[in-house]
Amino acid sequence: MLALLGPSGSGKTTLLRLVAGLEAPTAGRLLFDDEDATHLSVGERRVGFVFQSYALFRHQSVAENIAYGLRVRPRRTRPSNAEIKRRVAELLDLVQLNGLDRRRPSELSGGQRQRVALARALAVEPRVLLLDEPFGALDAQVRRDLRRWLRELHDRTGHTTLFVTHDQDEALELADRVAILHRGRLEQIGTPDDILDRPATSFVAGFVGEAVRIPAEVREGVLRIGAQYVPAPAGQRAGNFDLFVRPSDVVVTDGSDEALSAKVVGVRRTGPARRAELSLGEGLPTVEIQLPARHALRKGESLQVRLATVRLFASGTRAGR
Amino acid sequence: MSIAAIGVPGRSFVRPSALPGFGITFGFAITYLSLIVLIPLAALVWRASGLGFGGIWRVATDPRVVAALDTSFGTSALAALTNAFFGAIVAWVLTRYRFPGRRLLDATVDLPFALPTAVAGIALATLYAPTGWIGALFARWDIKLAYTPTGIFIALVFIGLPFVVRTVQPVLQDLDREIEEASATLGASRWQTVTRVVLPPLVPAILTGVGLAFARAVGEYGSVIFIAGNMPFRSEIAPLLIVTRLEDFDYAGASAIAVIMLAISFVILLAINLLQAFLQRRLGHA
Repeated sequence: MLALLGPSGSGKTTLLRLVAGLEAPTAGRLLFDDEDATHLSVGERRVGFVFQSYALFRHQSVAENIAYGLRVRPRRTRPSNAEIKRRVAELLDLVQLNGLDRRRPSELSGGQRQRVALARALAVEPRVLLLDEPFGALDAQVRRDLRRWLRELHDRTGHTTLFVTHDQDEALELADRVAILHRGRLEQIGTPDDILDRPATSFVAGFVGEAVRIPAEVREGVLRIGAQYVPAPAGQRAGNFDLFVRPSDVVVTDGSDEALSAKVVGVRRTGPARRAELSLGEGLPTVEIQLPARHALRKGESLQVRLATVRLFASGTRAGR
Repeated sequence: MSIAAIGVPGRSFVRPSALPGFGITFGFAITYLSLIVLIPLAALVWRASGLGFGGIWRVATDPRVVAALDTSFGTSALAALTNAFFGAIVAWVLTRYRFPGRRLLDATVDLPFALPTAVAGIALATLYAPTGWIGALFARWDIKLAYTPTGIFIALVFIGLPFVVRTVQPVLQDLDREIEEASATLGASRWQTVTRVVLPPLVPAILTGVGLAFARAVGEYGSVIFIAGNMPFRSEIAPLLIVTRLEDFDYAGASAIAVIMLAISFVILLAINLLQAFLQRRLGHA
C-alpha cells in the first residue's frame, strides 16, 4: 500500500491518472510488474479507480453499479447472470453494505457511497487499486472508521493499492510506503519511518511533522540560531542552513551548554496536552512544543530548551547528510 | 399565550414549507396563467361549444379535417423525434469539444427562434424546390421535397431543433466527466459508456426538448405553408385549415378544429410530462 502525499498542485492526482491511463505521459514508461503498460488503453490496464467524487452511476442501483464492470465485458468473457449476482453479493458483503443493493446512490451516505465505489472497482479484479483522496469528502469520525476498515480490507485482499492524499497523518498511518511529491517531482519514497526520521530533502523535512524552518549557520563546529550558539552535530560541515524543528524535537531542560533560552509567546490547551509557542530570538519563526497539561507555562516566561534532533539542510537545496 | 397554535399539524391545502411567500406567488401564478392562457382558451372552447357536441363531432370526423390532423400530428411527431436524435448530437458537439467557431455555431442554433417563420418558410421553399440548390439534387432522382409532406417535415425539423439542443446542453454540461472515466476504467468500450452511462441521465432532458419541439411544430403555421404545397388530403396542415375556415367566416368550425387540436396536444404533452417525471424519479433526482 503506497500513499502519494504532497501539497495541492504537486501532481499526485495526475500521477494516479497516468497510472490508470486517463492521461498520456509525454515521456517515460509505465510498468506493471515487468509488463510495459505505457501503451495499453484504460480498459486494458485492469485498474480499479475510485474517484474523489466516487463517480457512481446515479441511474443505477448499488448492485447495478457494482456489476457494471462485469456486465460490459464481451460475451465470451462475461460471467453468467448467476455468477455476476454471486460476485455482487460477495462484494456487498466485503464492503458491509448487505441489504442496500437496491438503493440508488442518492439514497446513501457519503461513507456508503465510497464503499460502493470501492466494491465497483474491486469487481473487475484489478491489478492495482487506485484511490484518489479516498477520505476527502467525509467527516472526521467516518474518516477514521473507514481508514481502519480500508487497512483491514487491504490486509485481507492483498491488492496493490495506490492512494492519493494531502493528509500526512493519513498517509503515514495507513501506507506501507509513502511517496512525497512536490511540484511534479518525487522528493522521497520510503517507509513512514524513513520519511519521518530521515527526510531526504529540505522540502520533505519541512512538509512532514509540522516542522518549522529556522535559518541557521554553522561555523567551526558551532551552530548559530539567531543570536544563540550551541555545539553543531559532530562532523557537520560549515555553511548556511535551514534548521527544521518539530514539536517533538524540543525538550525542556535545566541548562547545559547545549541549551537555548526561549521565551513563551503563547500557550494553548489542546486535549490532554498543552502547546506552547516559543521564540528562540528576535525575528525568528516561533517553535511549537507539546507539554503535559500539568506544566503550567505563562506567556512571557523564559525557559531553557534543547534540540533532541538537529535537522539541517543547505538552504533550499538537497541535503548532504 | 398563543404559541400553542403555531406548528399544530393539520391537513392543509399546501404542505408547510420553510420558504415564505407561497400565498402571493401562487396567487400571482394563477392570475397570470388565467389571463395569458386559461381565459383565451376558455373563450375558444366557449366559441366552439356553439356547435354543440354533435357539431364538434361532425367537424372532427370530416375526412378533410382528419387528414389535416393526421398530417399535423404525424409530421410533428416525426420531426420532434428526428430532432431528439440530431439535437442531442449537436448539443454533444457544442458541449464536449472545443473548436474554432464553436460560439458562432452555438449562436446559430437559436436562429430558427429569431427568424420570422414566413422568412424561414420562403427560404426553405426556395432551397428545396425542384429548381433550388438542394431540391435540384433530389429532382435528378425524381424525388420531390418541397410542396409535399416531406416539405412540411423539413420545415418542422428546422423550427424544432433549438428546443432539444437547449434543453440537453445544460444537463450535458453538468454531467460529471468522471462517470465516463469510471466506465472506461471498468473496461467498458466507448459505445457502452455512451449508451449505458451518458445517455440515460440525458433522457429526461431529451424528452422535455421533444415535448417542446412537438408542441411548437403542431402549432407552426408560417414556415410550413410556404413549403407544404397545401394540397387537401395530402399536404394540408390543421392550422392552415383553421385559417381557411376563418376566411370563410366559419368561426365556429375554425374553433372546433382548434379545440380538437388543443385536446390532442394536451393529452400528448401531459403524457410526455408524466413519463419525464417518472424517469426523473428513477434517475434518483427525487
